[in-house]
Amino acid sequence: MTQLIVKNGFVYDPLNRIDGEKMDLAINDGKIVGKVDEKKAKVIDASGMIVMPGGVDIHCHIAGAEVNTGRLLRPEDHFRDVEAKTAITRSGVGYSIPSTFTTGYRYARMGYTTIMNPSMPPLEARHTHEELNDTPMVDKASYPLLGDWWFVLEDLRDGMIKECAAHVAWIMVATKGYAIKIVNPGGLEAWGFGQNVRNIDDTVPRFNITPKEIIRGLCKVNKLLHMPHTIHVHTNNLGKAGNYATALDTMKCVENLASDDKPVIHITHCQFSAYKGSNWRTLRSGAEEIAKYVNHHRHVTLDLGQVVFTDTTTMTADGPFQYGLYQLTGNKWVNHDVETETSSGIVPFRYRRKSYVHATQWSIGLELGLLVEDPWRIYLTTDHPNAAPFITYPRIISWLMSRNARDITMKRINKRARHKSLLPSIEREYSFYEIAIVTRAGQAKSLSLTQKGHLGIGADADIAIYNINPELVDPSRKYKAVRKAFENSAYTIKNGEIVAKDGKIVKSVRGKTFWVNPQLSSPIEVADDMKRRFREYWTVEYENYSIPESFLAASAPISVKAEV
Amino acid sequence: MPVVSHVTCPVCGSFCDDIEVIVKNNVITDVRNACAVGAAKFLDYANHRNAKPLVRKNGELVEASWDEAVRKSAEILIDATYPLLYGWSSTSCEAIRVGLELAEEVGGVIDNTSTICHGPSILSIQDVGIASCTLGQLRHRADLIFYWGCNPWSAHPRHVERYTTFSNGRFQKSTWRAHVSRLGGILSKKRLRRAINLVLGRDVFATPEISRELPYNMFQKKRKMVVVDVRKTHSAEAADYFLQVEPNKDYELLQAFRMLIADEELDVDHVAGVPVETLNEIADVMIGCKLGVIFFGLGLTMTEGKIRNIDAAISLVRDLNQRTKFLIMPMRGHFNVAGANVVFTWQTGYPFAVDFSQGYPQYNPGETSVIDILCREEADAGLVIASDPVAHFPKKAAQNLVKNPLIVIDPQTTPTSLMADVVFPSTFVGIETEGTAYRMDHVPLPLKKIVEPPSNCLSDVEILQRILHEVRRIRSKRK
Repeated sequence: MTQLIVKNGFVYDPLNRIDGEKMDLAINDGKIVGKVDEKKAKVIDASGMIVMPGGVDIHCHIAGAEVNTGRLLRPEDHFRDVEAKTAITRSGVGYSIPSTFTTGYRYARMGYTTIMNPSMPPLEARHTHEELNDTPMVDKASYPLLGDWWFVLEDLRDGMIKECAAHVAWIMVATKGYAIKIVNPGGLEAWGFGQNVRNIDDTVPRFNITPKEIIRGLCKVNKLLHMPHTIHVHTNNLGKAGNYATALDTMKCVENLASDDKPVIHITHCQFSAYKGSNWRTLRSGAEEIAKYVNHHRHVTLDLGQVVFTDTTTMTADGPFQYGLYQLTGNKWVNHDVETETSSGIVPFRYRRKSYVHATQWSIGLELGLLVEDPWRIYLTTDHPNAAPFITYPRIISWLMSRNARDITMKRINKRARHKSLLPSIEREYSFYEIAIVTRAGQAKSLSLTQKGHLGIGADADIAIYNINPELVDPSRKYKAVRKAFENSAYTIKNGEIVAKDGKIVKSVRGKTFWVNPQLSSPIEVADDMKRRFREYWTVEYENYSIPESFLAASAPISVKAEV
Repeated sequence: MPVVSHVTCPVCGSFCDDIEVIVKNNVITDVRNACAVGAAKFLDYANHRNAKPLVRKNGELVEASWDEAVRKSAEILIDATYPLLYGWSSTSCEAIRVGLELAEEVGGVIDNTSTICHGPSILSIQDVGIASCTLGQLRHRADLIFYWGCNPWSAHPRHVERYTTFSNGRFQKSTWRAHVSRLGGILSKKRLRRAINLVLGRDVFATPEISRELPYNMFQKKRKMVVVDVRKTHSAEAADYFLQVEPNKDYELLQAFRMLIADEELDVDHVAGVPVETLNEIADVMIGCKLGVIFFGLGLTMTEGKIRNIDAAISLVRDLNQRTKFLIMPMRGHFNVAGANVVFTWQTGYPFAVDFSQGYPQYNPGETSVIDILCREEADAGLVIASDPVAHFPKKAAQNLVKNPLIVIDPQTTPTSLMADVVFPSTFVGIETEGTAYRMDHVPLPLKKIVEPPSNCLSDVEILQRILHEVRRIRSKRK
């Protein structure tokens, strides 16, 4: 393995409390080490540049059934954005839903090295992993959708938390998943017959359970299994005016399950769950209320789901929400319900700055990012590709770092939205240190990826170097320079190898796939139980459902000791 | 006797995965759970095998070494300016992945069989989207099942039993008992009519008039099956109601349903040969169901109107979702044609007809689709895998395909392989080789290896990889 030294960079490593210190990093055999032989090692001169851990994305739809159907649905998205084959890279297409290889390359160019695919229908997990095997450059993992799985609904309805935990453990291993994903709990089951649930206390038709019981139940299950991440929740009523109350209810309902200051729930793409008002005309921002709650309660983490004005493709497991979006826009609509487990939908969407609603959405995301005081509990995402494609992250970074940048965009948005926006009253500007938290350190911490998101000795040598000098550049005024620097890293180092340089891929590498392997006290019992009931629930055989570890191109299991 | 269970059946898009295969001394002696089509493949696959690589010399296909065949193929592909790589729907996703890499490497066009089956469905999905699901969702919930322009009884024989009318779900029960008792009635009616015809001296073989009236069970709450077709197929006989449509009038019928569902009135008495009163009743049944589904086949995609038919069908389903829950699904033919679309899409962004000649994927069916390229005589070499275009393409396309150097990868001797310049004997995926394939509803399942392949055969993946390596080797040498 090659040895590397990154010299003289301004290092931002929040997990080790290093804030822009000028220092050298030594890399050996894919890991950060204390020292290497300077004569043998290759030296990267990072003077005048920022050095950060490789980016970590906690929520981006990049692989699997719905993403791929989105690709199929939108040739018009691909025609204008193509990447030709080179000696090193494969070709590809796609702006909002790039093909697998292109996805990997584009993340690597931005200095991202670990990404999480947040919605995997368990029945179609094999598909997700096939695509992840074809997504180069990054380490990755997937969250199986479990909030509407019949086993979960039945176990929790009958108060059988331990059985539920055992079933969840089984499906984590069977699908090679990483975290419990809950989407519109109860609503997706109801959507099987075209219905939905209205709030977290509504009863799920035919199952006699409420969304609140599902969320609390799975939160307890998550603790019993000692999962590395918290439950990852897409709230009920997502994308509807007035839903900030549902989001608050969702956070509140697990308040008493928290102990010792550790988060127990992650509310994802929170921007879509932070709307006040009773309809689209009276829509207002609920960011203040949500931020206030989060500032006073340490059991919640959020990610933004920041809107950027562009043409994109919305895709979620929330079938009823996507149907609503189809009715709103009249655009082409895909629905895909998955037996006993979940549903999903896709609608192309264009966020327009002159639209009152879209401009308000844009403002809400940034308000959340700026009003939540603790950067360790809010992460930068666009819920790629729902609110915008991931390649827009540098623009969001510039908005968070610069009031100027916000004001300039603000001048061009819908007038009514501008007058109602809270943004002009917010002075806060992120520092590079805080940016490093919301784009890597915080996310790695939330995911308990101990080797990622920092540059301490023993960490994976995933490093991003950006060509911008924090001593010379004031990000508030020179926000364009910031944006440019974050668009293409000067160097991206993956596992101790230089993979991208000045926006060009110089080496194609294969990333690992993380998955969680909960150790149960009696795994055979669970398997027998599943086997017995299997044919009643699915149309495939038990033996063909589980994915063998050999199916993953580079498997990286994480064992956890479960309490059941 | 060793029984291999939970085997997936590498034949049709239903992709049943509960097959049991009995193997004795590396020979399959019996098959359980499979339909006639599936069993026939498991039991007879070993006939008409390509045993050795063949290369055409002086007009004759003669046996050659693997190295020679691989080198010849690589040279054909390198020397071509616009090679075609066609087939893919009856092999594993793993092979398709290598195939795409090869197509990109040689700058060719890669296309799969959906170009001649459900290509119009895909174009429609790109126009209007699709409201669909996995098959289990229908097994558990669907109470109104339409088979439109398809004949599952013959083409997907276990579809009805495993996924729809005769399957048992959580919220919907199987109706096979009612069907059996009704069958008795139908048979005795037939006999009676024949007897009467004989007595009265009428033509016994004349097609009986089909009653347009909806039977009482169409208004019951239990599961119902409706078949829409131009002729009374076996599936139609199993249905609760058979709606006979005049040939090439599906579009009118679908649009009429859309109007009726929007509560508009029709000014005509008949649409596509069906009285409007009947259509009104069916429209009411559609609106009144809890979850309905339309399965459609080539009777809709390949008859007059093509993509417009599917546009109308999907739009009808979309409209129905304002009143109840309704879904729609194409009846895919080959066991991995859905998988071919899936792999093409994640690697290139497009499901079929992908052109790499510019170094990046381009897609414009009609321009980059294989039949059109062949008819315009633009291609100058071909690679065919797991398909038999000479037997199925239009004459002109087939002629132009075999005019150029042609490489065929196939386990069996086919009309296409007989016309080829290089033939590779491959193994049967799902019998002799493992892999992954996608059911018609995009549920991925493993293909199993049950028996050892003949000694001189290689898997599709290996053959393609060898060609790819050879192409790269020769290219780097020539540089």
